[in-house]
Amino acid sequence: MNFFLDALAYIVDPANLTGAKGILPRLGDHLYYSALATGIALVVALPVGLAIGHTGRGRAFVIAISGAARALPTLGLLFFIVLFTGLGLWPLVAVLAILAVPPIIAGAYAGLESVNRQTIDAARAIGMTEWQLLWKVEVPLALPLIIGGIRSAALQVIATATIAGYVGLTGLGRFLIEGLAVRNYTLAIAGAILVAVLALLVDGLLALIQLLVTPRGVSRGVTSTAPRSRARLRRARATP
Amino acid sequence: MSIEFRSVTKRFADETVAVDDFSLLIPSRKTTVLVGSSGCGKTTLLRMINRMVDPSSGVITIDDEDIATVEPVALRRRIGYVMQNSGLLPHRKVVDNVATVPLLNGVPKAEARERALELLDTVGLDRALADRYPSQLSGGQQQRVGVARGLAADPNILLMDEPFGAVDPIVRSELQHELIRLQRELGKTVVFVTHDIDEAFLLGDQVVILEKGAKIAQQGHPREILANPATEFVASFIGADRGKRRLAPVAAAATGDDVLLVDGTGYAAGVISAPGGKLAYSISDKTDQAGDA
Ligand SMILES: Nc1ncnc2c1ncn2[C@@H]1O[C@H](COP(=O)(O)OP(=O)(O)OP(=O)(O)O)[C@@H](O)[C@H]1O
Ligand SMILES: [Mg+2]
Repeated sequence: MNFFLDALAYIVDPANLTGAKGILPRLGDHLYYSALATGIALVVALPVGLAIGHTGRGRAFVIAISGAARALPTLGLLFFIVLFTGLGLWPLVAVLAILAVPPIIAGAYAGLESVNRQTIDAARAIGMTEWQLLWKVEVPLALPLIIGGIRSAALQVIATATIAGYVGLTGLGRFLIEGLAVRNYTLAIAGAILVAVLALLVDGLLALIQLLVTPRGVSRGVTSTAPRSRARLRRARATP
Repeated sequence: MSIEFRSVTKRFADETVAVDDFSLLIPSRKTTVLVGSSGCGKTTLLRMINRMVDPSSGVITIDDEDIATVEPVALRRRIGYVMQNSGLLPHRKVVDNVATVPLLNGVPKAEARERALELLDTVGLDRALADRYPSQLSGGQQQRVGVARGLAADPNILLMDEPFGAVDPIVRSELQHELIRLQRELGKTVVFVTHDIDEAFLLGDQVVILEKGAKIAQQGHPREILANPATEFVASFIGADRGKRRLAPVAAAATGDDVLLVDGTGYAAGVISAPGGKLAYSISDKTDQAGDA
């Protein structure tokens, strides 16, 4: 408990915020690595996930890579790549991106898969092209699940980006490594707390976006009238 | 806009022969009803007209043009399609659903919207519903929106697959008569699929009774089929052996108007005269055929 309070005190101490080993620059780096990796993963994984979801071809592939991703030894992979490329930003980003790809593909696939077949059939029957079908029907209806996939990818990336400290980069992971090296547990715990808070914030933000993109008329549109009519019913019943 | 099937066969990938050597001329500006029991191939026939299904062999023409040579998306945009569960886009408002096809065709937004609102009038929907989402409508209202959407691009051909199958009998009857009125005004080539023989006789200028594999048991005007059921199958299908047929009122009972009763064949069976009502429909000389009703 003491370590924990000390760690909190460390975090809120303005003296620790800036400077070469300060919280803010490391937080910035951590975010930078994470955003870069997630962004690259998005560019690769979204088209794949959408293509599989739209055509229904390649389902086995989705299942296979989500299984494989869970078993992936991230740190081992990072060292392995570094053996060939040397230290630097790109090995880290590559590993994090590899980590982020499966959940994004799975989310996109599951999202499109969840769209009512009749809705799709009708849209095609009135003359939408496959492209229009994808962007005007499937993606809007699947968006909450697509964002859900991105959300879990981002979460994993932020948590895992702590390994940046092992390959000569910074980020919040440095606090953990430096703290553990000199048995300064306060510092290590401060690092852990910072990573957790960052992860929760990003997760909360994406959860909010998920809520905002839920198509009106699909779930919120319905429920927004239902309680009102129920209330009306109750009022009607109350008056004798 | 006549449609012709010439020796059309559809064999699905799993070897099911849904349509077996089917030939039919669907006349322009009339309502043709395909009727038959479940699984006899009605939907497959209908979906071959807008190339949602391509025949395994045979030719389908629209005004003598082989539709196999027409790009499916272009073909579908000039054919209205209405299905049983409306098939509306759940994330779009009613007005946007109706305007979908014109917008795809590049009609300016304001114009498409205005036209969509007019279409709501046409199908008897209050414009106040324009900004609702489909899930906020009743089944009957959704079907009306579906019809409005089918008409939005002003197609010459309207395909309807059991459009009134999922609504209660009263609403169904309302929608049927609405369609009769619409068809009188618009004169589209309507191909209507149902398994309800009463509905077929009520709506069809030409009724095609189908057996399994879309084999035509009999085709013709309701009057001809009723007078001369071609086979045992047709006779039992049209309920000629049932003796009595249901009566249904024509013209929703607007106050002060007489209500015409028709039997399931579409023939007048009598009038309930409203006090001071005007005789909106005269009773046809065919009434005697329904005399037992
Ligand atoms: N995509 C498909 N693949 C394989 N078989 C199919 C396919 N679509 C339809 N069938 C089969 O073809 C036959 C005719 O089907 P269709 O849907 O045309 O019947 P229907 O007359 O419309 O029936 P219902 O009144 O139940 O709608 C059925 O045996 C059906 O199982
Ligand atoms: Mg069918």
